[in-house]
Amino acid sequence: MKINLVVELEDKPGQLLKVLTPIAKYGGNIIGIIHNRKVQQKSVLVDVVFEIAEDRADKLLEEIKSSGITIRNVNEIKLSEKISVLLVGHIIHTDISDTINRIDSTGFAEVTEMDISMPELNKPSTALITISAVNKEKLEEALKILRKICEEKKIKVVEPLNEEA
Amino acid sequence: MIKIAIIGFGTVGQGVAELLLRKKNEIEERIGKFKVIAVADSKSSVVGDVDLEKALSEKKKRGRLSGNKTAMEIVEDFEYDVLFECTPTNVESGEPGLTHIKTALKRGKNVITSNKGPLVVAYNELCKLAEKNSCKLGFEATVGGAMPLIKLVKNDLAGSGILRIRGILNGTCNYILSRMEVERMPYEQILSEAIELGIAEADPSYDVKGIDAAAKLVIIANALLEKNVRFEDVHIEGIEDLTPEAFEVAVKRGYTIRLIAEVGETLRVSPRLVPLNHPLNIYGTLNAAEIITETAGRVFVIGRGAGKLETASAMISDLIDIYDRRDLRC
Ligand SMILES: NC(=O)c1ccc[n+]([C@@H]2O[C@H](COP(=O)([O-])OP(=O)(O)OC[C@H]3O[C@@H](n4cnc5c(N)ncnc54)[C@H](OP(=O)(O)O)[C@@H]3O)[C@@H](O)[C@H]2O)c1
Repeated sequence: MKINLVVELEDKPGQLLKVLTPIAKYGGNIIGIIHNRKVQQKSVLVDVVFEIAEDRADKLLEEIKSSGITIRNVNEIKLSEKISVLLVGHIIHTDISDTINRIDSTGFAEVTEMDISMPELNKPSTALITISAVNKEKLEEALKILRKICEEKKIKVVEPLNEEA
Repeated sequence: MIKIAIIGFGTVGQGVAELLLRKKNEIEERIGKFKVIAVADSKSSVVGDVDLEKALSEKKKRGRLSGNKTAMEIVEDFEYDVLFECTPTNVESGEPGLTHIKTALKRGKNVITSNKGPLVVAYNELCKLAEKNSCKLGFEATVGGAMPLIKLVKNDLAGSGILRIRGILNGTCNYILSRMEVERMPYEQILSEAIELGIAEADPSYDVKGIDAAAKLVIIANALLEKNVRFEDVHIEGIEDLTPEAFEVAVKRGYTIRLIAEVGETLRVSPRLVPLNHPLNIYGTLNAAEIITETAGRVFVIGRGAGKLETASAMISDLIDIYDRRDLRC
């Protein structure tokens, strides 16, 4: 499952590790970290988005709490909206994992499925990727990011018919 | 007696002449007696009480007509009631059709056209001219050939709140893409076959770059969604970069790829993923449109987007629409 955890940390070095270490220990996978504004003089709010096995989530949160960190908010990120787009171009040469990372690191959207047809040498390749996001607005935002990346990398994006009225 | 002038005597102009001959009784039942008083191409003409049969065979045999009055002289001076404008499309200047149509409308003559150029360049101006001079402008044939769309939306879907219109408006592109889907052959190979078969023009760029579809989309946007937009407002992508692998990957996941022209919030012409079971997934040179309305839901039309008699038939339907004596309410 994917979790968005908002913690309040003292504004001094090393504090974030108190959150990241236990996540790593329980086999979690950090997707994104967003440092927010200062709350008070001495503390800051940090959003951590991570992926974790469902049966370990409770234990992990307990451990973070017991280390004295204030948890402001926890919620599961459900990726309920999705869209599939086709990419045609030099997808592999232009670093496909970077393309995917830049979507995944938003925290609100990720590439959940991908079919790639391997190209002949120096020919364009094709991928059909599915992006999932927490809601429609975020999906549209993720799609905008993808369009921009593909423009930079000169990859053609074939979007689906939009089924809404 | 309704007096007709035909300007432009190529594929479509000749198609109109053939239908006026072949469907004379049916048409006259609806609109009363008519006759053709002038036909002109780019360099010759025939005027008077025109014998269409003779004009057609003359044009076919000699490539020209017997008289020397120019098209412009006819448009300016002759006493016709309705002008059939079938000259070549130019989406940048609209000419020569734009001048023909403006001149006729200023004289209070009805105009029926298959030429997209004038409508793309000056839709609003032409509508105002028609209104001011109490005459009509029929342009069903400019979009989707025989596929009914303009009058369908204007008349039959009146009051339903048109939200978006999208569709396949270029038969050449659809032919190429549907063959790529089925046969997985490279774009270039199918294109050159299409040129050989006469499905694509020798210079296909107008079609495959999406320009033709964009021109039609501008007409749809202005005429049916009151958008007041220009050709430059359309985001245009063509089909040239698509590969057989793109179809392979798409089909595996239940999609095909079609060149879709869409007007809603924005105007765009681009290849899109279309679910294999979607009504817009049509094959060959057909055209299709989906009209998305507030109160009537979705309406689909499919038909032949081009062709001599198909395009002419759309112009004949405009003629009947303008002069119909019959009350369709009973
Ligand atoms: N063909 C289709 O399936 C189709 C479908 C929908 C819409 N349209 C539109 O319908 C229009 C006609 O298409 P088409 O296929 O019939 O084209 P076409 O076969 O090339 O015929 C064009 C005709 O216009 C004449 N012409 C050219 N310049 C002229 C001028 N300044 N004054 C008078 N006549 C002039 C030509 O004369 P010459 O004979 O002397 O060369 C020719 O007779 C175009 O705007 C096209 O986009 C065509």
